[in-house]
Amino acid sequence: MSSQFQVVGTRPVRHDGADKVTGRALYGADIQLAGLIHGFVLRSPHAHARIKRIDTSKAEAFPGVKAVITAADFPVTPDRIVDLGEGDTPLSYVRGNMLASGKVLYKGHAVAAVAATNVHIAEEAASLIEVEYEPLPCVLTAPDAMKDGAPILHDDLRMKELGEATDKPGNVAEHFRHVKGAVEDGFQLADKIIEREFSTATVHQGYIEPHNATALWNNDGRVLVWCSTQGSFVVRDVTACVLDLPVSQVKVTPMEIGGGFGGKIPVYLEPVAALLSKKSGRPVKIVMPRQAVLEATGPTPGSSIKVKIGATKDGRFTAAQATLAYEAGAYPGSMVGPGAMCVFAAYDIDHITIDGYDVCVNKPSTAAYRAPGASNAAFATESVVDELAETLGIDPIELRLRNAAKEGTRRADGPKYRKIGCVEVLEAMKNHPHYKAPLEGPNRGRGVAVGFWFNVGLPSSVNIAVNADGTVNLVEGSTDIGGTRTSIAMQAAEVLGLPAESVLPSVVDTDSIGFTAVTGGSRTTFATGWAAHDAAQDVVRQIKERAAALWETTADKVKHSRGVYSCNGKSATFAELAAKLGETGGPVVGRAAINPRGVGGSFSGVITDVEVDPDTGKTTILRFTSFQDAGRAIHPSYVEGQMQGGSVQGIGWALNEEYYMSADGVMQNSSLLDYRMPTSLDLPMIDTHIVEVPNPAHPFGVRGVGEANIVPPPAAIANAIYRAAGVRMRRLPMNPPAVMEAVWRKP
Amino acid sequence: MHKKVHVQATINNEPVEFLCEPRQSLLECLRDILGLTGTKEGCNDGNCGACTVVLDDRIVTSCLVLGVEAQGRKITTIEGIAEGHKLHPLQQAFLENAALQCGVCTPGFLVAAKALLDAEPNPSEERIRLWLANNLCRCTGYDKIVRAVKQCATEVNA
Amino acid sequence: MKWFDYSAPSSLSEALKLLRENSQALLLAGGTDLLVQMRAGRKQTDLVIDIKNIAELNQLVLDASGLRLGAAVPCYRIYNHRDIARGYPALSDVASLIGGTQIQGRASIGGNLCNAAPSADAVPLLIALGAICRIAGPSGERTVPVEEFCTAPGKTVLKQGELLVSLHLPPPKPHSGAAYLRFIPRNEMDIAVAGAGVSVELNNGNFQSVRIALGAVAPTPLYAKQAGDSLAGKPVNDACIQTAAELAKAAASPITDMRGTAEYRRHLCAVLTARALKQAIQRAQEAK
Repeated sequence: MSSQFQVVGTRPVRHDGADKVTGRALYGADIQLAGLIHGFVLRSPHAHARIKRIDTSKAEAFPGVKAVITAADFPVTPDRIVDLGEGDTPLSYVRGNMLASGKVLYKGHAVAAVAATNVHIAEEAASLIEVEYEPLPCVLTAPDAMKDGAPILHDDLRMKELGEATDKPGNVAEHFRHVKGAVEDGFQLADKIIEREFSTATVHQGYIEPHNATALWNNDGRVLVWCSTQGSFVVRDVTACVLDLPVSQVKVTPMEIGGGFGGKIPVYLEPVAALLSKKSGRPVKIVMPRQAVLEATGPTPGSSIKVKIGATKDGRFTAAQATLAYEAGAYPGSMVGPGAMCVFAAYDIDHITIDGYDVCVNKPSTAAYRAPGASNAAFATESVVDELAETLGIDPIELRLRNAAKEGTRRADGPKYRKIGCVEVLEAMKNHPHYKAPLEGPNRGRGVAVGFWFNVGLPSSVNIAVNADGTVNLVEGSTDIGGTRTSIAMQAAEVLGLPAESVLPSVVDTDSIGFTAVTGGSRTTFATGWAAHDAAQDVVRQIKERAAALWETTADKVKHSRGVYSCNGKSATFAELAAKLGETGGPVVGRAAINPRGVGGSFSGVITDVEVDPDTGKTTILRFTSFQDAGRAIHPSYVEGQMQGGSVQGIGWALNEEYYMSADGVMQNSSLLDYRMPTSLDLPMIDTHIVEVPNPAHPFGVRGVGEANIVPPPAAIANAIYRAAGVRMRRLPMNPPAVMEAVWRKP
Repeated sequence: MHKKVHVQATINNEPVEFLCEPRQSLLECLRDILGLTGTKEGCNDGNCGACTVVLDDRIVTSCLVLGVEAQGRKITTIEGIAEGHKLHPLQQAFLENAALQCGVCTPGFLVAAKALLDAEPNPSEERIRLWLANNLCRCTGYDKIVRAVKQCATEVNA
Repeated sequence: MKWFDYSAPSSLSEALKLLRENSQALLLAGGTDLLVQMRAGRKQTDLVIDIKNIAELNQLVLDASGLRLGAAVPCYRIYNHRDIARGYPALSDVASLIGGTQIQGRASIGGNLCNAAPSADAVPLLIALGAICRIAGPSGERTVPVEEFCTAPGKTVLKQGELLVSLHLPPPKPHSGAAYLRFIPRNEMDIAVAGAGVSVELNNGNFQSVRIALGAVAPTPLYAKQAGDSLAGKPVNDACIQTAAELAKAAASPITDMRGTAEYRRHLCAVLTARALKQAIQRAQEAK
């Protein structure tokens, strides 16, 4: 298919492939600089405590130590509201999560940092820092934190209620509501109403590369940073803001990044390394230990969700209501907003009310995780829809099809869908051999679910310089986490009529390219790819001018088709014209800096077969098929890879992953031994089915595929477990003891 | 005064000497002293496999080996897998199968998978999955990694 | 980690001398527990003694007197040993269960025992097989039955200056079989939520003798003597197996933690004991 394209839809070897299979690719922790010293961050042993006193004198005197810092080393500036790409936040909160000031709000909260000649010395010196804490009671879940009399994290926090500021103190940072129609009227029309409560545990993104940062406060006053980040410009802007510098004084070089999934958008270490460098006069590298990664970065919120859906006998949803309370962690800003946008996004329902609560608890400040907030919400919605299908005696895919969102459907939070692929995904599921295959044997069950993620646009910049040998150098600012150098280069190649290999992509530092937003929100192939398309068009326009100069005509008369330029019987290839740039006016550089509109949301679906061991409650995934509307699959192998990766993260979330907290707020399983992400032996092959309903706004129809695939798996697995073991699991994870105990309680 | 230890070893078929502190892991020595940064740190407690190297004839997680233990031993790292400019068939299979996304686990997977194929030329899918279970990948869901290893086994045997 | 010195003695006497001179010294075999614990600050020392260059701790000898397994022999040498796979298949199983491939390149059964975790995979099986620990120390050598070796989580009978040299397993009896099964939420790279090691000796369709031991359900690996003894002389059938499984469950005193609730672990004791017994019986029936 896609025969209109030469490059789009093919599967070239990625441009950075050789570096990444030989160990040559340089990730953040791999950087070596002359005079480099190593940092270590001291972290709170308490989940909630007042810091009474910090004495760093013994650490400073320890042989080999070059600098010790605390929050007192931040520049003195009045607190103000800043927007660093993720909404309005007080600067004191941004700094507070990097180095605690006044109070620690979670176990693992950074308190001080040491730089020394090696990391062992820094760690040993950090243990000599005396911190006097006054421990405070802690609160660990949203329902507990919302109770009257709960321990309060932020004395200055006042709840925002339905868009208005209030003077109400507490842990609820915000309560918002989306309303469409009149939900009570809608429930009046229903023949069957099902209302259920769900909860999901805190889970971590689980990237294999720990956070790291290296900083040099240079003698000219500029701060140079090397790190692994999803957004080099975010790091630049946050670091500048926190250190009270103009953004131009910070240069961020993004190294290769070993996974992020949303968790490498927040900035934890870079300003700390910069302050250590300022104090020591040396470049400082900090690599976070794995325990700190789990205890102090990432996670995505645990949540409590109530969903109520009404339907007529013939399976038409009449009304839906949801209440979502998400744990923000230590600082406001959970993913309840996107969760509320996605909770009923797959359905065309006239009457909807959605209430969202953003609740602070004594856990690490939460971050995005692949369609953040949507998996929690879909677990609830898709479980209720499955129960409705069973009650109404309608096939679960058929019930979803009868209510599927389509072009023109308005979501409860406002937007009206343009062309979307929800129906197409469901049809693909219904017609797939997996759904038609019989599932035999005891203790086995099949489940389905769908999910939605809206994807984002945001700014991207691309420059393309033409080489005399007929290749081009493509320069971009989107850090490449999963092969986007190639999916971006392919879009330029398609426009230029060149093979993918003739476009040489580079991800460069913040001095060397225009502003580019994070690699996140499924935006990179969409937005930076779009910029590459436009920059390539700019090159084509200029090459036409050069051809026109050679042929003594005007550019508008020169035609371009698949890399060949022609006019009046004369023709030349791109390479031939590139070789003559010197005689036609000098170098050609194409440019694009865009802030695209026309984001196309992505729907996904899962069919899975499971077997539940009736004696142990352990669930085995027998078969798993992921469906997703990619809009257009630029590089199908990497689209499949996104679908498989999101699916397996969803499987881990469903079955075993959780923050297992002690009552005093200490994560008990803060290692990759006990934080149980799936291993290769826990999984079957993950089958994929790419649906392509092109996004009409994008030049190639791209929607973006990074996220929606993680949304349906927990619900699909829950629905499969129900058919295998006869129990409706309403809490994640559905680990063996939880399933076993549910089986025991089964009436 | 603490004294560093002088270690002589063979790394990627080259004789190597270095000075290290006894508390430094082989992983640290490879990365920070010898500049062999292809071996990655993911967890520093043996559970993710990103730091896998071959120590004599067995794969190990180099975070759980002390640098001083390398004395007199033979070590192969990711930097020693390709033969000059020619990629090892497994490296080629990883590229052709898109068996990496972020790539940070890839060196560990390649070292581990090569050791499997060196010992067992035609492993089953189950065998590949068991052998590689000490290597975590969070991006790919393992599907394309397992396929790449399987394809390589089949090709090498063909 | 704080600074420590490192020594790799090549003889047992040299190692014992170092141990005598450095009361805080820690022994390094595979390091898969030790280095993790030192990094986490749970153990500290000025001296690490690497015991892998000592011949006695690396021996792997199978003869008429049974199996002599040096305390530092890594797991892969055990499961790659064809005669062990034939004579002690359950030991091969355990060696391939501990950690993953890379861990098995370093970790030893002796280390698994000396680490004295309640969940240690090797120990219930060693108890079931009647293994004897050979210990060397300042006042010579002594032997201890493996079920008496662990005294509390992380604690053993080893006294100051002593080290575990080897484990001795009696030769397999005719018509005998053993098995170890554990429950983990993943399929690999996990700590047992519960485990059961059993050995059975059959005689004309009846149990002659049975030993059952449990992991992760008590402060130390637990020899469930009563459960095994209950089968002596009984016919091999599901009812008897179930009775023994229930007795094993009754012997357990698990805690609730991140790996499972006490109730769930008790339940698993019965499930795993019954399953392990069935596997051991099958091996015994297939044995000559």
